Amino acid sequence: MSASATYPLPGQGGGALGPGGEQGPPPVRRAAKRVLPGFNITLGFTLFYLCLIVLIPLSALLLKTFTLTWPQFWEAVTAPRVLASYRLTFGASLTAALVNVVFGLLVAWVLVRYTFPGKKIVDALVDLPFALPTAVAGISLTALLAGNGWIGQYLEPLGIQLAFNPNGVVIALIFIGLPFVVRTVQPVLEDAEKELEEAAMCLGATRWQTFVRVIFPAIAPALLTGFAMAFARAIGEYGSVIFIAGNMPMISEITPLIIISKLEQYDYAGATAVATVMLGISFVLLLVINALQTWQRNRSGG
Amino acid sequence: MSATTTTPSRVRLPHTTEAPWVRYTLIGIALVFMFLFLVLPLAAVFTEALRKGWDAYAEALKEPDAWSAIRLTLITAAVAVPLNLVFGVAAAWCIAKYEFRGKSFLTTLIDLPFSVSPVVAGLIYVLVFGAQGWFGPWLAEHDIKIVFAVPGIILATIFVTFPFIARELIPLMQAQGSEEEQAAQVLGASGWQTFWYVTLPNIKWGLLYGVILCNARAMGEFGAVSVVSGHIRGQTNTMPLHVEILYNEYQSVAAFAVASLLALLALVTLALKSWVEWRHEREIKAAADMPPEQPAPQVTPVALGAT
Repeated sequence: MSASATYPLPGQGGGALGPGGEQGPPPVRRAAKRVLPGFNITLGFTLFYLCLIVLIPLSALLLKTFTLTWPQFWEAVTAPRVLASYRLTFGASLTAALVNVVFGLLVAWVLVRYTFPGKKIVDALVDLPFALPTAVAGISLTALLAGNGWIGQYLEPLGIQLAFNPNGVVIALIFIGLPFVVRTVQPVLEDAEKELEEAAMCLGATRWQTFVRVIFPAIAPALLTGFAMAFARAIGEYGSVIFIAGNMPMISEITPLIIISKLEQYDYAGATAVATVMLGISFVLLLVINALQTWQRNRSGG
Repeated sequence: MSATTTTPSRVRLPHTTEAPWVRYTLIGIALVFMFLFLVLPLAAVFTEALRKGWDAYAEALKEPDAWSAIRLTLITAAVAVPLNLVFGVAAAWCIAKYEFRGKSFLTTLIDLPFSVSPVVAGLIYVLVFGAQGWFGPWLAEHDIKIVFAVPGIILATIFVTFPFIARELIPLMQAQGSEEEQAAQVLGASGWQTFWYVTLPNIKWGLLYGVILCNARAMGEFGAVSVVSGHIRGQTNTMPLHVEILYNEYQSVAAFAVASLLALLALVTLALKSWVEWRHEREIKAAADMPPEQPAPQVTPVALGAT
């Protein structure tokens, strides 16, 4: 291959490389960035696929909502049964995410700071809720916690019922959300500077003070991000919850189930209205998570 | 405290860790929590499946309905994963290698399916292709079934697994920059050659990682698929849906037998994932141990002149 054939690179901006090429790195970089081929085709395909799979179907949901009148919409999304489902979904998701913050931090801490036999296996197992299909998680948690299950049989005589009521919803959501907190906190904890802890100790801080004043502020953004991710996932979760919840109207019926039961009664308008509310909430949560991640990145960068 | 000890190696220890009893208590609590929430559910799947012995287990898996569910799950993953793979690579290429306006907005949009409830994901396809949807009448006229049929299941699965591979690749390719690709271009490689011989070897572990996670979710998706499937036994039932039907019919052993296959899939996924992580780490370490390379601008003219 001759140099003359390769030098005017495909695409636009080939001329800019010639004079700038020998000067210094910045002009080369800028010119060459444009010169890498495939921008138009990859961006085009990305946008096409995104529209086809995500944006057009999602806009169908919004347009369908606009066919409802405002009173219709309001009635659909504020019916007592729907309101009860919001309370349960939000309450249970919040509780589960808070539990996950505490135990997720603990698991991440133990995995990063300590050594013990079987640590690699425990580390791999953290991702089980990502890998295990939600329906499987749902039926096995139910089997464990039902009155005749491994755990349930000891709890029922004590008057504690964890399956077929809102408690079950919380437990299923704890299972689903655990990896989010562990996997966001773990890398930050790994990168945390030990020098700061040593300095705190030298200045006379106890271990607990060091944790509260030095370590915790450093991992707080990651913890908050993990919390938001676990919460967002819990809000929309369906598969693992419906088996264990018992699904009693007004008591243990989650919002996604409301959408399904409306669909089964061919109430497309009602299902769409509730789904729009959920979509709005998840979009807000997505923006919050993005902002948190940016904050976290800036913190660790600066 | 022992801060006054003279040997420096002794001074370090109490500084960076806790007293042994604190350590063991924390490890203990973490392990008990993991055991209760992760190990027990996994163990319960297999015990329940084998409650009536291996014969009943094998019997449950021989059911034709179970077989068609397994087949549909495999078909769905076989279509959804490659499509999302192509998309993931294309999206990562244009986002990581170029600067353009609206890039961060595009990244957010790619993440969107992660935060949409699976039930909503199913519903939107019903609204587009269902009997009362946009294309419903047209599809009915031409006798094409999408919702409550296999295409709907595949579409819903593509939606929920949409960001997996792209999300894995974008940060990876951004971190790697595009110097190597530029060098390949200058040396005369075509765009396709650059991708195949330069980019792909660099991203292969990240790509594999994304594919493994995408596949696990594609095979295990329940909520979205449940909305669009219509639950026709032997026709539009994937494995997770089949588990639900059997469970609701109080065929516990059969339900857990099918569930145990999915649990095995999860275990294989975790093992593969750990293996990929391990290989990737080893490669990074090997690269770090290598002597520093010659700066690229000095090499390029020589190479050009030599050919």
